[in-house]
Amino acid sequence: MTDTPLVIAGKPFTSRFLLGTGKFRNKQQLAQTIAASGTQIVTVALRRIDLERHEENILEHIPPHVTLLTNTSGARNAQEAVRIARLAKDSGCGNWVKIEVINDSKYLLPDNQETVKATEILSAEGFVVLPYISPDLYTARALVAAGAATVMPLGSFIGSNQGLKTRELIQVLINEIDVPIVVDAGIGAPSQAAEAMEMGADAVLANTAIATSPNPAALAKAFALAIEAGRQAHLSGLPQQQTSAKASSPLTGFLYDDVRTN
Amino acid sequence: MNITINGTPRQLTNDGNLSDIVSALGKQPRHVITELNGSIIPSQMRGQTRLKDGDSLEIVTFVGGG
Repeated sequence: MTDTPLVIAGKPFTSRFLLGTGKFRNKQQLAQTIAASGTQIVTVALRRIDLERHEENILEHIPPHVTLLTNTSGARNAQEAVRIARLAKDSGCGNWVKIEVINDSKYLLPDNQETVKATEILSAEGFVVLPYISPDLYTARALVAAGAATVMPLGSFIGSNQGLKTRELIQVLINEIDVPIVVDAGIGAPSQAAEAMEMGADAVLANTAIATSPNPAALAKAFALAIEAGRQAHLSGLPQQQTSAKASSPLTGFLYDDVRTN
Repeated sequence: MNITINGTPRQLTNDGNLSDIVSALGKQPRHVITELNGSIIPSQMRGQTRLKDGDSLEIVTFVGGG
């Protein structure tokens, strides 16, 4: 079926696969993976430069047609997220920001309340804000009211590869929220990405599973195919699950009719 | 002149402007973001920004992240 583009803040994207750039073994591998994935949006982070040694600039390995989405990783509250976003904007690399406010080192769960506060401030300043949250309907509504361009609910803990542990809560957001839903975090296999898309998610973001694979570019390609397959399945319409069998071949009128009517 | 760069105290003999300091650290000015005493210094302003004793400078850049 023909699809319409994914539109975020008025910008159309034909790929529904957002790629995180963390944990890659080297920049060449990252560049190959971006190409193989077909992604049009990648996330990056901001860090203090290392004063003691030379570091390769990651931006040189991201093609110009790819939209940069700077995350606010390291922010523990709204104020720190706002500071990071403003720094990123000053680089001249655009004003797209993934709000990520984390104040828990064991589960790395996002702080939804602080995320809403940061979204209010940054949207008012003209940023395109893609907030990362624990899936929650009221938070998502508050984010939309605050001007969020998407809502990005987590599938499971960051880097856990556990897939859609929050499936039912994400489904509520898909059903009720009008901005694009991008499933982020915990997606560890193409089948999990396909599942999110079959449910009606608008896009999927993956990083750890791909970057830590022995062959990131090949796995990124597999994710891209799965996301496309899941999207096509969603557009086509999937059947309801049944609790008993429904024959897919005719069971009467042939060979054993006399036996079956006993 | 004693200043703090990225949280580390450093003594600078160079009393040049911020642009000179970034270059002296061996950093490409492109895609480096500077913040002096909590205020962002846009790249085009670095040449006119002079540091003074006790200043706190942050220099950040883009890295991989999810």
